[in-house]
Amino acid sequence: MREFFHRKLERNAIGFVLAIILVSGIGGFVEIAPLFTIHETVEDAPDMRVYTPLELAGRNIYTREGCYACHSQMIRTLRDEVERYGPYSLAVESKYDHPMLWGSKRTGPDIARLGGKYSDAWHVAHLINPRDVVPQSVMPKYGWLMRNELKTDDLGKHLAAQRAVGVPYTDAMIANASADAYGQASPDSPYASGLSERYGEATNVRAFDGEPGRLTEMDAVVAYLQILGRLTDAAHRQAAAAGK
Amino acid sequence: MIATLTVAERQSAIALSMLVAFFGLIMMIAGSGDVLGVHGVIVLLFGLGFLGLVMSKYFEPEPPQERLTRYYDDPTKVGIVLSLGWAVVGMFFGVWVAALLAWPDLTLDAGWASFGRIRPVHTSGVIFGFGGNALIATSFHVLQRTTRARLPDQVTPWFVLIGYNLFCVIAASGYLMGVTQSKEYAEPEWYADLWLVVVWVTYFLLYLRTLQRRKEPHIYVANWYYMAFILVVAVLHIVNNLAVPISFGSAKSYSLFSGVQDAMTQWWYGHNAVAFFLTAGFLGMLYYYLPKRAGRPIFSYRLSIISFWGITFMYMWAGSHHLHYTALPQWVQTLGMTFSVVLLVPSWASAGNALATLNGAWDKVRDDATLRFMMVAAVFYGLSTFEGSFMAIRAVNSLSHYTDWTVGHVHAGALGWVAMITFGSLYALVPWMWKVERIYSPKLVEVHFWLALSGTIIYVFAMWNSGIIQGLMWRTYNDSGTLAFSFIESVVAMRPYYIARTVGGSLFLLGAIVAAYNVWMTIRMARLRGVTETGGTDEPVLPGAGAALQPGE
Ligand code: HEC
Ligand code: HEM
Repeated sequence: MREFFHRKLERNAIGFVLAIILVSGIGGFVEIAPLFTIHETVEDAPDMRVYTPLELAGRNIYTREGCYACHSQMIRTLRDEVERYGPYSLAVESKYDHPMLWGSKRTGPDIARLGGKYSDAWHVAHLINPRDVVPQSVMPKYGWLMRNELKTDDLGKHLAAQRAVGVPYTDAMIANASADAYGQASPDSPYASGLSERYGEATNVRAFDGEPGRLTEMDAVVAYLQILGRLTDAAHRQAAAAGK
Repeated sequence: MIATLTVAERQSAIALSMLVAFFGLIMMIAGSGDVLGVHGVIVLLFGLGFLGLVMSKYFEPEPPQERLTRYYDDPTKVGIVLSLGWAVVGMFFGVWVAALLAWPDLTLDAGWASFGRIRPVHTSGVIFGFGGNALIATSFHVLQRTTRARLPDQVTPWFVLIGYNLFCVIAASGYLMGVTQSKEYAEPEWYADLWLVVVWVTYFLLYLRTLQRRKEPHIYVANWYYMAFILVVAVLHIVNNLAVPISFGSAKSYSLFSGVQDAMTQWWYGHNAVAFFLTAGFLGMLYYYLPKRAGRPIFSYRLSIISFWGITFMYMWAGSHHLHYTALPQWVQTLGMTFSVVLLVPSWASAGNALATLNGAWDKVRDDATLRFMMVAAVFYGLSTFEGSFMAIRAVNSLSHYTDWTVGHVHAGALGWVAMITFGSLYALVPWMWKVERIYSPKLVEVHFWLALSGTIIYVFAMWNSGIIQGLMWRTYNDSGTLAFSFIESVVAMRPYYIARTVGGSLFLLGAIVAAYNVWMTIRMARLRGVTETGGTDEPVLPGAGAALQPGE
């Protein structure tokens, strides 16, 4: 009977095509669509902040260089991972990550909670030559980050596109994106204060690469690394509550 | 090759080349100062190159009407050559990437040559360049033979093949310049993605148009798989690549989805790229070339039906096994795990069907390295699907995820299954296409077989070891209840295995070079000797309808 039905199906190309679409469509639909509609999928975190333009630029360089091929940013709910890396990752922490950089391979360690772990100077030295700092490391050298000036003129467009996909950047943030990027790495410049106004007092404002006058790709990457895991306290709050 | 096009077809080819060149020009102008502009130049040159090529042969005489009585195989021939070219390039980058993990300074002090940029050149080069070209080339061949219909025209298949390779070139050159969306196997940016949609829809319509012309009432199993491959890849590609570019003058875009939804969409895509690109497409190859080479019909028609619909239905649920213990809701993880485990049934049905087909032909397997490639491919397909179902179990995944075990699993499938079935099929196909009795050197096929097999085994064993050691070191506690190893200690422990992997990979690369040489010499041999018609070897597998598939019928 079934075989008979299939014999008929095999004689009809369009019918076969429709059958494939129908049969293959079910799984993805059932698993993906509810993630957009079930509210509990992503926790609430009122303190969650967006990336500053400099941090976003750093994130884009992280993507460009393929750091995600060796580093994950997703601490699983396993005891050893929590003890090694910190509280496990929550969905809300990557709510503004278009796309997410959870990663799938740990040739290097997870860096979801890297922010504040090392000094800026450590990161700069490590990125220029990892083996100067960790002799047995197999991480590549990224000397050109220090040599390349950061491209800032189109950061406003970046923020606008981010807003188009759902990140709550304000008009003022978009209008001042380039100046804010400069200000974040030049604490003594007049641009720095506007940045804190727009992104909060807790924002890191430093010469990340150690050279205040020049805005380099290194500034951006280090600014990004130093904010990892610090956009919201939700994970730490949850861990503390669970500990009690 | 251009002389085989009619004048009207030459005119369409010229129009298409001009259109491509025009788009290149627009990209070049709109994207000046951005990598998009560089890609514009590449596209422009590509279009102009083909324009010149067609123009140079424009005034050749029309091909004779008699061509319509024969299948149209020129695109298949070019596809075979491209596939082998990409194989050597992609695997060279694979060996380089492997070496960098043992000797991290084995590179230049330049962005393009760093690990993170060349790794996707490897993955895209082998999957899309080598695998994709082989799929397109063999699909044209299988489609015509099993429908007994000629491709409907002579321009569309070229558009598909050449357009697809333009996509591959844009992808690979983009990675070197730092253009990537970071999504694994979907790294190319928005403009390349849009182009691929155009090419892919054309490919699908070409398939349908040929099927509509078929003289066989039934559509043969191999075509079910090729169709599923084309269709589902189109859906996956479009959904996962939805993004907003920062401007039409920039290569950069931001994905429409974020965080957990993006992760689920990406792995729904990523896992089914494995399922429908690296599995369904190559099963199409298996279902044609293996029975053909063995001279035996497929063992069981019923098993083919069960495994086809099982794979088509269940794989699409399995992607969430890439996200166990993450911030993805647990109910989705559980669904993914369950379907991944049950998936073993249709997978083994396919592998078993292939191996049972060889019953009665084992003497051929022993003597013929080409058939042995296909047999070993079926075995590795069975092994790696078993391993995959096992690794999808949450408890196992807690150990294997993030480690080299995954990479080992990927390559058991990639080297053992995908590459072996491809090489086997190409070795069978090449003499038919160039109309010679046999490949230039069967001895070299034998040499290649052993290089490929030993390379695969070394690679996979090295990664099993390193992956499991890594996973255990990360979770081992000492007596005082603290973690026993620092991360860097696990890095140091990997070194011998990374060296072994580089050796295994080099053997495999060497094998691919031998294959490219052998095919090249076969083509030369055919040219020098002129055409010797070999007659009936390249006829459809099934003399009658699909019903003749079962030996008993
Ligand atoms: C080839 C794989 C690889 C790539 C690519 C890579 N890393 Fe690493 N990374 C490692 C390894 C291995 C370590 C551990 C040894 C060390 O500290 O150098 C590491 C360590 C780190 C650490 C220290 C983490 C800690 O908690 O101690 C940081 C920060 C880091 N990498 C950042 C980056 C950035 C930023 C990039 C991209 C620009 C990058 N890595 C690319 C392999 C890689
Ligand atoms: C010469 C043979 C090959 C060598 C030496 C090689 C080497 C490598 C290396 C070193 C990596 C990176 C692993 C890491 O980041 O730790 C990799 C990844 C990968 N390779 Fe290969 N490879 C080879 C052939 C192939 C083939 C033929 C295919 C597919 C048809 C393939 C598919 C992949 C895929 C999909 C990945 C990504 C794996 C993941 O992210 O888990 N490789 N390969």
